Amino acid sequence: MLDKPLNEIAHALRAGKISSVELTEIALQKAQTGSNLNAYISLLEEQALAQAKITDKRLAAGDESPLCGIPMAHKDLFCAQGTLTSCGSKILSNFISPYDATVVEKLADAGMVCIGKTNMDEFAMGSTNESSYYGPALNPWNNQHVPGGSSGGAAVAVANGDVPIATGTDTGGSVRQPAALCGLTGIKPTYGRISRYGMVAFASSFDQAGVLANSAQGASLVLEAMCGFDEKDSTSIKEQTIDFSGQLNKPLKGLRVGLPKQYFTDALNPEIGAAIEAAKAELSKAGVQWVDIDLPNSELGIPCYYVLAPAEASSNLSRYDGVRYGHRADEYDDLASMYINSRTEGFGKEVKRRILVGTYALSSGYYDAYYIKAQKLRRLIVNDFQAAFEQCDVILGPTTPNTAPKLGQISDDPAAMYLEDIYTVTINLAGLPALSIPVGFDKQELPIGMQLIGRYMDEATLLNVAHQFQTLTDWHLKTPKTHGKQSRGAA
Amino acid sequence: MSFDNKQIEAVAKLAMLRVDEHDMPDTIKKMNGIMTLIDQMQSVNTDQVQPLSHPQDPVLRLREDTVTQSDQREAFQTLTEFAEQGLYTVPKVIE
Repeated sequence: MLDKPLNEIAHALRAGKISSVELTEIALQKAQTGSNLNAYISLLEEQALAQAKITDKRLAAGDESPLCGIPMAHKDLFCAQGTLTSCGSKILSNFISPYDATVVEKLADAGMVCIGKTNMDEFAMGSTNESSYYGPALNPWNNQHVPGGSSGGAAVAVANGDVPIATGTDTGGSVRQPAALCGLTGIKPTYGRISRYGMVAFASSFDQAGVLANSAQGASLVLEAMCGFDEKDSTSIKEQTIDFSGQLNKPLKGLRVGLPKQYFTDALNPEIGAAIEAAKAELSKAGVQWVDIDLPNSELGIPCYYVLAPAEASSNLSRYDGVRYGHRADEYDDLASMYINSRTEGFGKEVKRRILVGTYALSSGYYDAYYIKAQKLRRLIVNDFQAAFEQCDVILGPTTPNTAPKLGQISDDPAAMYLEDIYTVTINLAGLPALSIPVGFDKQELPIGMQLIGRYMDEATLLNVAHQFQTLTDWHLKTPKTHGKQSRGAA
Repeated sequence: MSFDNKQIEAVAKLAMLRVDEHDMPDTIKKMNGIMTLIDQMQSVNTDQVQPLSHPQDPVLRLREDTVTQSDQREAFQTLTEFAEQGLYTVPKVIE
Protein backbone atom coordinates (compact mmCIF):
# COMPACT_ATOMS: atom_id res chain seq x y z
CA MET A 1 0.00 0.00 0.00
CA LEU A 2 2.71 2.48 0.99
CA ASP A 3 4.53 2.07 -2.33
CA LYS A 4 1.47 3.52 -4.08
CA PRO A 5 1.45 7.16 -5.19
CA LEU A 6 0.55 9.53 -2.41
CA ASN A 7 -2.80 10.59 -3.89
CA GLU A 8 -3.97 6.96 -3.98
CA ILE A 9 -3.09 6.53 -0.31
CA ALA A 10 -4.89 9.77 0.56
CA HIS A 11 -7.95 8.56 -1.36
CA ALA A 12 -7.97 5.23 0.50
CA LEU A 13 -7.78 7.06 3.84
CA ARG A 14 -10.69 9.32 2.95
CA ALA A 15 -12.77 6.48 1.60
CA GLY A 16 -12.32 4.70 4.94
CA LYS A 17 -10.60 1.72 3.30
CA ILE A 18 -7.74 2.02 5.77
CA SER A 19 -7.00 4.13 8.85
CA SER A 20 -3.90 6.15 9.61
CA VAL A 21 -3.15 3.84 12.55
CA GLU A 22 -3.28 0.80 10.22
CA LEU A 23 -1.09 2.53 7.66
CA THR A 24 1.39 3.53 10.34
CA GLU A 25 1.53 -0.03 11.67
CA ILE A 26 2.23 -1.28 8.14
CA ALA A 27 4.96 1.37 7.69
CA LEU A 28 6.62 0.50 11.00
CA GLN A 29 6.47 -3.22 10.25
CA LYS A 30 7.94 -2.68 6.80
CA ALA A 31 10.72 -0.55 8.28
CA GLN A 32 11.50 -3.24 10.88
CA THR A 33 11.43 -6.05 8.32
CA GLY A 34 13.84 -4.08 6.17
CA SER A 35 16.15 -3.25 9.06
CA ASN A 36 19.08 -4.88 7.18
CA LEU A 37 18.91 -1.87 4.83
CA ASN A 38 19.83 0.40 7.78
CA ALA A 39 17.53 3.18 6.54
CA TYR A 40 16.76 4.56 10.00
CA ILE A 41 18.79 5.92 12.86
CA SER A 42 15.73 5.79 15.08
CA LEU A 43 12.20 4.45 14.68
CA LEU A 44 9.52 6.31 16.61
CA GLU A 45 6.88 3.59 17.18
CA GLU A 46 5.04 5.07 20.17
CA GLN A 47 5.04 8.65 18.92
CA ALA A 48 3.97 7.61 15.43
CA LEU A 49 1.03 5.53 16.61
CA ALA A 50 -0.10 8.30 18.99
CA GLN A 51 0.13 10.79 16.13
CA ALA A 52 -1.78 8.43 13.82
CA LYS A 53 -4.65 8.20 16.33
CA ILE A 54 -4.89 11.98 16.33
CA THR A 55 -4.89 12.16 12.54
CA ASP A 56 -7.61 9.50 12.35
CA LYS A 57 -9.74 11.81 14.47
CA ARG A 58 -8.88 14.71 12.18
CA LEU A 59 -9.88 12.65 9.13
CA ALA A 60 -13.15 11.66 10.79
CA ALA A 61 -13.83 15.33 11.48
CA GLY A 62 -13.39 16.10 7.77
CA ASP A 63 -9.80 17.44 7.74
CA GLU A 64 -9.08 18.57 4.18
CA SER A 65 -5.27 18.35 4.21
CA PRO A 66 -4.35 15.89 1.43
CA LEU A 67 -1.44 14.72 3.59
CA CYS A 68 -3.46 13.98 6.73
CA GLY A 69 -2.78 10.51 8.10
CA ILE A 70 0.04 9.60 5.72
CA PRO A 71 3.23 8.10 7.21
CA MET A 72 6.56 9.68 6.34
CA ALA A 73 10.13 9.88 7.66
CA HIS A 74 12.44 12.80 8.44
CA LYS A 75 16.13 12.92 7.68
CA ASP A 76 18.00 12.84 10.98
CA LEU A 77 19.19 16.41 10.68
CA PHE A 78 15.74 17.91 11.23
CA CYS A 79 15.32 18.70 14.90
CA ALA A 80 12.21 17.02 16.27
CA GLN A 81 11.38 17.74 19.88
CA GLY A 82 12.12 14.90 22.26
CA THR A 83 13.82 12.74 19.61
CA LEU A 84 17.42 11.90 18.89
CA THR A 85 18.75 14.25 16.19
CA SER A 86 22.20 12.85 15.49
CA CYS A 87 22.91 14.15 12.00
CA GLY A 88 24.62 10.81 11.47
CA SER A 89 27.42 11.83 13.82
CA LYS A 90 28.94 10.50 17.02
CA ILE A 91 29.27 14.06 18.25
CA LEU A 92 25.45 14.42 18.33
CA SER A 93 24.71 10.78 19.21
CA ASN A 94 23.33 11.89 22.60
CA PHE A 95 21.47 15.01 21.38
CA ILE A 96 17.74 14.98 22.11
CA SER A 97 16.33 18.03 20.38
CA PRO A 98 14.51 20.48 22.67
CA TYR A 99 12.51 21.96 19.78
CA ASP A 100 10.95 21.24 16.37
CA ALA A 101 12.37 22.38 13.04
CA THR A 102 9.89 24.46 11.04
CA VAL A 103 9.67 21.64 8.47
CA VAL A 104 8.80 19.14 11.21
CA GLU A 105 6.18 21.49 12.61
CA LYS A 106 4.63 22.19 9.19
CA LEU A 107 4.33 18.54 8.14
CA ALA A 108 2.89 17.60 11.55
CA ASP A 109 0.37 20.43 11.16
CA ALA A 110 -0.53 19.00 7.74
CA GLY A 111 -1.30 15.70 9.49
CA MET A 112 1.68 13.63 8.37
CA VAL A 113 2.84 10.90 10.73
CA CYS A 114 6.61 10.62 11.24
CA ILE A 115 7.64 6.98 11.74
CA GLY A 116 11.35 7.58 12.15
CA LYS A 117 14.53 9.55 11.54
CA THR A 118 16.52 8.38 8.54
CA ASN A 119 20.18 7.50 8.15
CA MET A 120 22.48 9.95 6.40
CA ASP A 121 26.09 10.82 5.70
CA GLU A 122 27.58 12.51 8.75
CA PHE A 123 26.54 16.17 8.76
CA ALA A 124 25.27 15.60 5.19
CA MET A 125 28.86 15.35 3.93
CA GLY A 126 28.97 12.51 1.45
CA SER A 127 27.48 10.99 -1.66
CA THR A 128 27.22 7.36 -0.58
CA ASN A 129 25.80 7.33 2.98
CA GLU A 130 28.99 5.55 4.05
CA SER A 131 30.21 8.37 6.29
CA SER A 132 27.33 7.81 8.74
CA TYR A 133 28.39 6.99 12.32
CA TYR A 134 25.56 4.42 12.23
CA GLY A 135 26.92 2.55 9.23
CA PRO A 136 25.81 2.76 5.60
CA ALA A 137 22.25 2.41 4.39
CA LEU A 138 21.97 -0.13 1.56
CA ASN A 139 20.34 0.36 -1.83
CA PRO A 140 17.08 -1.67 -1.93
CA TRP A 141 17.59 -2.29 -5.67
CA ASN A 142 20.78 -4.18 -4.91
CA ASN A 143 22.09 -4.46 -1.37
CA GLN A 144 25.71 -4.51 -2.49
CA HIS A 145 25.38 -0.94 -3.80
CA VAL A 146 25.08 2.37 -1.97
CA PRO A 147 21.81 4.34 -2.06
CA GLY A 148 23.63 7.63 -2.60
CA GLY A 149 23.81 10.46 -0.14
CA SER A 150 23.65 12.35 1.89
CA SER A 151 19.89 11.66 2.23
CA GLY A 152 20.56 7.95 1.65
CA GLY A 153 18.32 6.59 4.40
CA ALA A 154 15.42 8.74 3.19
CA ALA A 155 15.81 7.33 -0.32
CA VAL A 156 15.95 3.77 1.02
CA ALA A 157 12.84 4.30 3.14
CA VAL A 158 10.82 5.45 0.11
CA ALA A 159 12.33 3.02 -2.42
CA ASN A 160 11.69 0.10 -0.06
CA GLY A 161 8.03 1.15 0.18
CA ASP A 162 8.08 1.90 3.93
CA VAL A 163 6.72 5.41 3.33
CA PRO A 164 5.60 7.27 0.19
CA ILE A 165 7.67 10.34 1.02
CA ALA A 166 10.63 11.35 3.17
CA THR A 167 12.30 14.66 3.79
CA GLY A 168 15.88 15.25 2.78
CA THR A 169 18.27 18.14 2.46
CA ASP A 170 20.30 19.15 -0.55
CA THR A 171 23.52 21.13 -0.10
CA GLY A 172 25.25 19.87 -3.26
CA GLY A 173 22.86 17.24 -4.60
CA SER A 174 21.90 15.29 -1.48
CA VAL A 175 18.23 14.93 -2.43
CA ARG A 176 18.57 14.56 -6.20
CA GLN A 177 21.51 12.12 -6.22
CA PRO A 178 20.01 9.49 -3.86
CA ALA A 179 16.68 9.93 -5.65
CA ALA A 180 18.44 9.10 -8.93
CA LEU A 181 20.32 6.13 -7.46
CA CYS A 182 17.17 4.69 -5.88
CA GLY A 183 14.67 5.32 -8.72
CA LEU A 184 12.73 8.13 -7.00
CA THR A 185 11.46 11.62 -7.63
CA GLY A 186 13.50 14.08 -5.57
CA ILE A 187 13.20 17.85 -5.57
CA LYS A 188 15.39 20.59 -4.16
CA PRO A 189 13.47 23.87 -4.33
CA THR A 190 14.86 27.37 -4.71
CA TYR A 191 17.19 28.37 -1.85
CA GLY A 192 15.04 30.20 0.71
CA ARG A 193 11.73 28.53 -0.22
CA ILE A 194 11.78 26.26 2.84
CA SER A 195 12.85 27.42 6.28
CA ARG A 196 16.23 26.20 7.49
CA TYR A 197 15.18 26.73 11.13
CA GLY A 198 15.92 23.53 13.02
CA MET A 199 17.98 21.97 10.22
CA VAL A 200 21.46 21.15 11.50
CA ALA A 201 23.70 23.44 9.45
CA PHE A 202 26.36 22.19 7.03
CA ALA A 203 26.91 25.06 4.55
CA SER A 204 24.40 27.80 5.21
CA SER A 205 24.40 29.49 1.79
CA PHE A 206 23.68 26.13 0.13
CA ASP A 207 21.55 24.07 2.55
CA GLN A 208 17.97 23.60 1.44
CA ALA A 209 15.34 21.07 2.48
CA GLY A 210 13.67 18.91 -0.13
CA VAL A 211 11.46 15.89 -0.70
CA LEU A 212 12.05 12.33 -1.90
CA ALA A 213 8.85 10.74 -3.17
CA ASN A 214 7.55 7.95 -5.34
CA SER A 215 5.85 10.40 -7.72
CA ALA A 216 6.08 14.04 -8.81
CA GLN A 217 2.46 14.47 -7.84
CA GLY A 218 3.21 13.38 -4.26
CA ALA A 219 6.33 15.52 -4.13
CA SER A 220 4.33 18.57 -5.20
CA LEU A 221 1.80 18.16 -2.38
CA VAL A 222 4.47 17.74 0.29
CA LEU A 223 6.55 20.59 -1.08
CA GLU A 224 3.52 22.88 -0.81
CA ALA A 225 3.22 21.99 2.86
CA MET A 226 6.94 22.60 3.51
CA CYS A 227 7.37 25.95 1.72
CA GLY A 228 6.65 29.39 3.09
CA PHE A 229 8.19 32.41 4.77
CA ASP A 230 9.58 31.87 8.27
CA GLU A 231 10.81 34.78 10.33
CA LYS A 232 13.07 32.36 12.24
CA ASP A 233 15.23 31.91 9.11
CA SER A 234 17.09 35.07 8.08
CA THR A 235 17.26 33.99 4.43
CA SER A 236 13.66 32.79 4.12
CA ILE A 237 11.94 34.26 1.03
CA LYS A 238 9.05 36.48 2.02
CA GLU A 239 7.02 36.68 -1.19
CA GLN A 240 6.17 33.18 -2.41
CA THR A 241 3.55 31.69 -4.70
CA ILE A 242 2.97 28.17 -3.43
CA ASP A 243 0.85 26.30 -5.92
CA PHE A 244 2.56 23.26 -7.39
CA SER A 245 -0.08 20.52 -7.34
CA GLY A 246 -2.56 22.79 -9.14
CA GLN A 247 -0.11 23.32 -12.03
CA LEU A 248 0.51 19.69 -12.97
CA ASN A 249 -1.54 19.45 -16.13
CA LYS A 250 -0.33 22.36 -18.21
CA PRO A 251 0.46 21.30 -21.81
CA LEU A 252 4.17 21.01 -22.55
CA LYS A 253 3.74 22.04 -26.17
CA GLY A 254 6.19 24.82 -26.98
CA LEU A 255 8.09 24.55 -23.68
CA ARG A 256 11.74 25.37 -24.43
CA VAL A 257 14.05 22.80 -22.85
CA GLY A 258 17.77 23.57 -22.78
CA LEU A 259 20.43 20.92 -23.32
CA PRO A 260 23.83 22.04 -22.00
CA LYS A 261 26.60 20.69 -24.20
CA GLN A 262 28.80 20.34 -21.10
CA TYR A 263 26.40 17.73 -19.64
CA PHE A 264 26.56 15.34 -22.57
CA THR A 265 30.23 14.41 -22.88
CA ASP A 266 32.35 11.26 -22.63
CA ALA A 267 32.26 11.65 -18.83
CA LEU A 268 28.64 10.50 -18.87
CA ASN A 269 28.00 6.77 -18.57
CA PRO A 270 26.61 5.74 -22.02
CA GLU A 271 23.74 3.78 -20.45
CA ILE A 272 22.62 6.96 -18.66
CA GLY A 273 22.99 8.91 -21.90
CA ALA A 274 20.81 6.36 -23.72
CA ALA A 275 18.11 6.46 -21.02
CA ILE A 276 18.01 10.24 -21.24
CA GLU A 277 17.72 10.08 -25.03
CA ALA A 278 14.69 7.79 -24.64
CA ALA A 279 13.18 10.20 -22.10
CA LYS A 280 13.75 13.08 -24.50
CA ALA A 281 11.86 11.16 -27.18
CA GLU A 282 8.84 10.93 -24.84
CA LEU A 283 9.00 14.65 -24.12
CA SER A 284 9.33 15.39 -27.84
CA LYS A 285 6.01 13.60 -28.38
CA ALA A 286 4.51 15.99 -25.80
CA GLY A 287 5.68 18.90 -27.94
CA VAL A 288 8.68 20.36 -26.12
CA GLN A 289 11.23 22.31 -28.13
CA TRP A 290 14.91 21.52 -27.71
CA VAL A 291 17.47 24.31 -27.40
CA ASP A 292 21.25 23.82 -27.30
CA ILE A 293 22.70 25.91 -24.50
CA ASP A 294 26.12 26.65 -23.07
CA LEU A 295 27.10 26.53 -19.38
CA PRO A 296 30.82 27.22 -19.93
CA ASN A 297 31.90 27.19 -16.27
CA SER A 298 30.14 23.93 -15.32
CA GLU A 299 33.35 21.99 -14.75
CA LEU A 300 34.53 24.58 -12.25
CA GLY A 301 31.47 23.87 -10.11
CA ILE A 302 33.24 21.03 -8.30
CA PRO A 303 36.37 22.95 -7.18
CA CYS A 304 34.28 26.03 -6.41
CA TYR A 305 31.78 24.10 -4.31
CA TYR A 306 34.47 22.07 -2.53
CA VAL A 307 36.06 25.27 -1.28
CA LEU A 308 32.94 27.22 -0.31
CA ALA A 309 30.93 24.43 1.31
CA PRO A 310 33.83 23.19 3.51
CA ALA A 311 34.64 26.80 4.42
CA GLU A 312 31.09 27.33 5.62
CA ALA A 313 31.15 23.93 7.30
CA SER A 314 34.36 24.69 9.19
CA SER A 315 32.64 27.76 10.61
CA ASN A 316 29.29 26.08 11.33
CA LEU A 317 30.83 23.02 12.95
CA SER A 318 33.00 25.10 15.29
CA ARG A 319 29.98 25.08 17.64
CA TYR A 320 30.65 21.44 18.51
CA ASP A 321 33.07 21.78 21.37
CA GLY A 322 31.66 19.43 24.02
CA VAL A 323 30.58 22.26 26.31
CA ARG A 324 26.80 22.71 26.02
CA TYR A 325 25.61 19.57 24.22
CA GLY A 326 26.92 16.65 22.23
CA HIS A 327 29.88 14.39 22.87
CA ARG A 328 32.50 15.43 25.42
CA ALA A 329 35.71 13.40 25.62
CA ASP A 330 36.31 11.43 28.81
CA GLU A 331 39.95 12.41 29.01
CA TYR A 332 41.47 15.89 28.82
CA ASP A 333 43.98 18.02 30.70
CA ASP A 334 42.69 21.52 30.09
CA LEU A 335 40.09 23.46 28.13
CA ALA A 336 41.97 23.30 24.82
CA SER A 337 42.51 19.55 25.05
CA MET A 338 38.83 19.11 25.97
CA TYR A 339 37.84 20.86 22.74
CA ILE A 340 40.39 19.00 20.63
CA ASN A 341 39.71 15.56 22.10
CA SER A 342 35.92 15.97 21.94
CA ARG A 343 36.01 17.10 18.32
CA THR A 344 38.64 14.56 17.22
CA GLU A 345 36.65 11.70 18.79
CA GLY A 346 33.23 13.05 17.77
CA PHE A 347 33.72 13.75 14.07
CA GLY A 348 34.29 11.09 11.43
CA LYS A 349 37.10 11.13 8.86
CA GLU A 350 35.22 12.81 5.98
CA VAL A 351 33.86 15.57 8.22
CA LYS A 352 37.33 16.21 9.64
CA ARG A 353 38.79 16.39 6.13
CA ARG A 354 36.22 18.96 5.06
CA ILE A 355 36.80 21.01 8.22
CA LEU A 356 40.54 20.98 7.44
CA VAL A 357 39.98 22.05 3.81
CA GLY A 358 37.59 24.80 4.89
CA THR A 359 39.84 26.03 7.68
CA TYR A 360 42.76 26.14 5.27
CA ALA A 361 40.75 28.07 2.65
CA LEU A 362 39.75 30.64 5.27
CA SER A 363 43.18 30.95 6.88
CA SER A 364 45.41 33.97 6.67
CA GLY A 365 47.47 33.98 3.48
CA TYR A 366 45.15 31.61 1.59
CA TYR A 367 41.81 33.41 1.92
CA ASP A 368 42.05 35.35 -1.35
CA ALA A 369 43.56 32.48 -3.35
CA TYR A 370 40.87 30.01 -2.35
CA TYR A 371 37.81 31.45 -0.63
CA ILE A 372 37.49 34.71 -2.59
CA LYS A 373 38.53 32.98 -5.81
CA ALA A 374 35.73 30.43 -5.33
CA GLN A 375 33.23 33.21 -4.62
CA LYS A 376 34.20 34.84 -7.93
CA LEU A 377 33.66 31.56 -9.76
CA ARG A 378 30.30 31.26 -8.04
CA ARG A 379 29.27 34.52 -9.70
CA LEU A 380 30.41 33.24 -13.12
CA ILE A 381 28.33 30.09 -12.65
CA VAL A 382 25.26 32.13 -11.62
CA ASN A 383 25.79 34.34 -14.69
CA ASP A 384 25.91 31.22 -16.92
CA PHE A 385 22.50 30.07 -15.68
CA GLN A 386 21.00 33.54 -16.09
CA ALA A 387 22.18 33.67 -19.70
CA ALA A 388 20.91 30.13 -20.38
CA PHE A 389 17.45 30.90 -19.03
CA GLU A 390 17.10 33.70 -21.57
CA GLN A 391 16.99 30.94 -24.21
CA CYS A 392 14.99 28.25 -22.44
CA ASP A 393 12.40 27.60 -19.72
CA VAL A 394 13.89 24.43 -18.22
CA ILE A 395 17.31 22.78 -18.44
CA LEU A 396 17.56 19.00 -18.83
CA GLY A 397 20.48 16.70 -18.15
CA PRO A 398 21.69 13.74 -16.14
CA THR A 399 21.54 13.78 -12.34
CA THR A 400 24.66 11.66 -11.92
CA PRO A 401 27.47 10.56 -14.25
CA ASN A 402 27.11 6.93 -13.08
CA THR A 403 24.57 4.66 -11.41
CA ALA A 404 24.92 3.54 -7.77
CA PRO A 405 28.49 2.41 -7.02
CA LYS A 406 29.23 -0.64 -4.90
CA LEU A 407 29.82 -0.18 -1.20
CA GLY A 408 33.40 1.01 -0.73
CA GLN A 409 33.95 1.57 -4.46
CA ILE A 410 34.49 5.34 -4.30
CA SER A 411 34.28 6.32 -0.64
CA ASP A 412 38.01 5.82 -0.02
CA ASP A 413 38.91 8.35 -2.71
CA PRO A 414 37.30 11.68 -1.73
CA ALA A 415 38.31 13.46 -4.95
CA ALA A 416 36.68 10.72 -7.06
CA MET A 417 33.57 10.84 -4.88
CA TYR A 418 33.33 14.63 -5.25
CA LEU A 419 33.41 14.30 -9.05
CA GLU A 420 30.18 12.29 -8.90
CA ASP A 421 28.48 15.59 -7.92
CA ILE A 422 29.43 17.27 -11.20
CA TYR A 423 25.84 17.79 -12.43
CA THR A 424 24.27 18.81 -9.12
CA VAL A 425 26.54 21.23 -7.24
CA THR A 426 26.28 24.12 -9.70
CA ILE A 427 22.54 24.33 -9.03
CA ASN A 428 23.23 24.84 -5.32
CA LEU A 429 25.89 27.42 -6.10
CA ALA A 430 23.17 29.33 -8.01
CA GLY A 431 20.35 28.60 -5.51
CA LEU A 432 18.06 27.33 -8.29
CA PRO A 433 15.35 24.66 -8.05
CA ALA A 434 15.99 21.23 -9.58
CA LEU A 435 14.59 17.74 -9.44
CA SER A 436 15.51 14.21 -10.43
CA ILE A 437 13.09 11.68 -11.89
CA PRO A 438 13.63 8.02 -12.77
CA VAL A 439 14.08 7.35 -16.50
CA GLY A 440 15.28 3.76 -16.73
CA PHE A 441 17.78 1.17 -15.56
CA ASP A 442 21.30 0.14 -16.46
CA LYS A 443 22.34 -3.43 -17.34
CA GLN A 444 22.72 -4.22 -13.63
CA GLU A 445 19.09 -3.15 -13.13
CA LEU A 446 20.15 -0.12 -11.12
CA PRO A 447 18.00 3.01 -11.53
CA ILE A 448 18.95 5.99 -13.71
CA GLY A 449 17.89 9.55 -12.90
CA MET A 450 17.34 12.57 -15.12
CA GLN A 451 17.64 16.10 -13.81
CA LEU A 452 15.46 19.10 -14.63
CA ILE A 453 16.67 22.54 -13.54
CA GLY A 454 14.29 25.49 -13.28
CA ARG A 455 14.33 29.25 -13.10
CA TYR A 456 14.44 30.91 -9.70
CA MET A 457 11.14 30.11 -7.88
CA ASP A 458 9.77 28.11 -10.82
CA GLU A 459 9.30 24.73 -9.15
CA ALA A 460 5.81 24.57 -10.69
CA THR A 461 7.19 24.15 -14.22
CA LEU A 462 9.66 21.46 -13.09
CA LEU A 463 6.98 19.48 -11.30
CA ASN A 464 4.60 19.85 -14.24
CA VAL A 465 7.19 18.44 -16.67
CA ALA A 466 8.00 15.62 -14.23
CA HIS A 467 4.34 14.78 -13.69
CA GLN A 468 3.56 14.79 -17.40
CA PHE A 469 6.56 12.54 -18.04
CA GLN A 470 5.23 10.20 -15.36
CA THR A 471 1.84 10.06 -17.07
CA LEU A 472 3.62 9.02 -20.29
CA THR A 473 5.95 6.46 -18.70
CA ASP A 474 5.95 4.05 -15.76
CA TRP A 475 9.57 4.18 -14.55
CA HIS A 476 8.43 5.79 -11.28
CA LEU A 477 6.05 2.89 -10.59
CA LYS A 478 8.75 0.21 -10.67
CA THR A 479 9.86 -1.06 -7.28
CA PRO A 480 12.82 -3.16 -6.09
CA LYS A 481 10.38 -5.98 -5.35
CA THR A 482 9.21 -6.20 -8.95
CA HIS A 483 12.31 -5.05 -10.78
CA GLY A 484 15.42 -5.22 -8.58
CA LYS A 485 18.16 -7.64 -7.70
CA GLN A 486 17.42 -7.34 -4.00
CA SER A 487 17.06 -11.05 -3.44
CA ARG A 488 20.41 -11.64 -5.10
CA GLY A 489 22.24 -8.96 -3.14
CA ALA A 490 24.08 -10.19 -0.09
CA ALA A 491 23.84 -7.55 2.61
CA MET B 1 49.35 23.29 -3.21
CA SER B 2 50.75 20.22 -1.52
CA PHE B 3 50.51 19.50 2.21
CA ASP B 4 53.17 18.03 4.48
CA ASN B 5 52.98 16.90 8.13
CA LYS B 6 53.70 20.35 9.51
CA GLN B 7 51.06 22.09 7.45
CA ILE B 8 48.40 19.53 8.32
CA GLU B 9 49.26 19.92 12.00
CA ALA B 10 49.04 23.72 11.72
CA VAL B 11 45.61 23.63 10.02
CA ALA B 12 44.37 20.99 12.48
CA LYS B 13 45.41 23.23 15.36
CA LEU B 14 43.37 26.10 13.90
CA ALA B 15 40.40 23.76 13.54
CA MET B 16 40.75 22.39 17.09
CA LEU B 17 41.37 18.88 15.76
CA ARG B 18 44.23 16.41 16.08
CA VAL B 19 45.56 14.19 13.33
CA ASP B 20 47.22 11.18 14.93
CA GLU B 21 50.58 10.05 13.60
CA HIS B 22 49.25 6.80 12.16
CA ASP B 23 46.52 8.71 10.27
CA MET B 24 48.92 11.31 8.88
CA PRO B 25 50.04 9.60 5.61
CA ASP B 26 46.45 8.85 4.58
CA THR B 27 45.30 12.36 5.56
CA ILE B 28 48.09 13.97 3.53
CA LYS B 29 47.36 11.77 0.51
CA LYS B 30 43.64 12.53 0.53
CA MET B 31 44.04 16.24 1.29
CA ASN B 32 46.50 16.56 -1.58
CA GLY B 33 44.05 14.80 -3.90
CA ILE B 34 41.34 17.27 -2.89
CA MET B 35 43.66 20.26 -3.32
CA THR B 36 44.64 19.08 -6.82
CA LEU B 37 40.95 19.15 -7.70
CA ILE B 38 40.45 22.55 -6.08
CA ASP B 39 43.48 24.10 -7.75
CA GLN B 40 41.71 23.80 -11.11
CA MET B 41 40.08 27.10 -10.09
CA GLN B 42 43.34 28.90 -10.68
CA SER B 43 43.11 28.28 -14.43
CA VAL B 44 40.42 30.95 -14.82
CA ASN B 45 41.11 34.67 -14.83
CA THR B 46 38.67 36.32 -12.42
CA ASP B 47 40.39 39.68 -11.98
CA GLN B 48 37.32 41.64 -13.09
CA VAL B 49 34.73 39.46 -11.29
CA GLN B 50 33.07 40.49 -8.05
CA PRO B 51 32.86 37.72 -5.40
CA LEU B 52 29.41 36.31 -4.65
CA SER B 53 28.86 35.08 -1.11
CA HIS B 54 25.28 34.00 -1.47
CA PRO B 55 23.11 32.88 -4.41
CA GLN B 56 20.47 35.51 -3.87
CA ASP B 57 22.80 38.24 -2.66
CA PRO B 58 20.20 39.06 0.01
CA VAL B 59 19.94 42.04 2.29
CA LEU B 60 19.27 40.70 5.76
CA ARG B 61 15.98 42.04 7.05
CA LEU B 62 15.58 43.80 10.38
CA ARG B 63 12.91 43.09 12.98
CA GLU B 64 11.33 45.01 15.81
CA ASP B 65 13.61 45.16 18.85
CA THR B 66 11.20 43.26 21.08
CA VAL B 67 11.42 40.05 23.06
CA THR B 68 10.01 37.18 21.03
CA GLN B 69 11.22 34.12 22.92
CA SER B 70 11.22 33.22 26.59
CA ASP B 71 14.28 32.10 28.53
CA GLN B 72 14.79 28.34 28.18
CA ARG B 73 18.09 27.97 30.01
CA GLU B 74 16.90 25.14 32.24
CA ALA B 75 15.53 23.15 29.31
CA PHE B 76 18.68 23.62 27.28
CA GLN B 77 20.97 22.71 30.17
CA THR B 78 19.32 19.30 30.44
CA LEU B 79 21.20 18.50 27.23
CA THR B 80 24.48 18.09 29.12
CA GLU B 81 25.60 16.45 32.32
CA PHE B 82 28.17 19.23 32.69
CA ALA B 83 25.94 22.01 34.07
CA GLU B 84 25.68 23.19 37.67
CA GLN B 85 23.73 26.05 39.20
CA GLY B 86 22.78 27.39 35.79
CA LEU B 87 26.36 27.36 34.50
CA TYR B 88 28.25 25.03 32.15
CA THR B 89 31.29 23.42 33.72
CA VAL B 90 34.64 23.19 31.94
CA PRO B 91 38.22 22.55 33.12
CA LYS B 92 39.62 25.33 35.26
CA VAL B 93 41.04 28.14 33.09
CA ILE B 94 42.26 30.57 35.80
CA GLU B 95 44.11 29.24 38.87
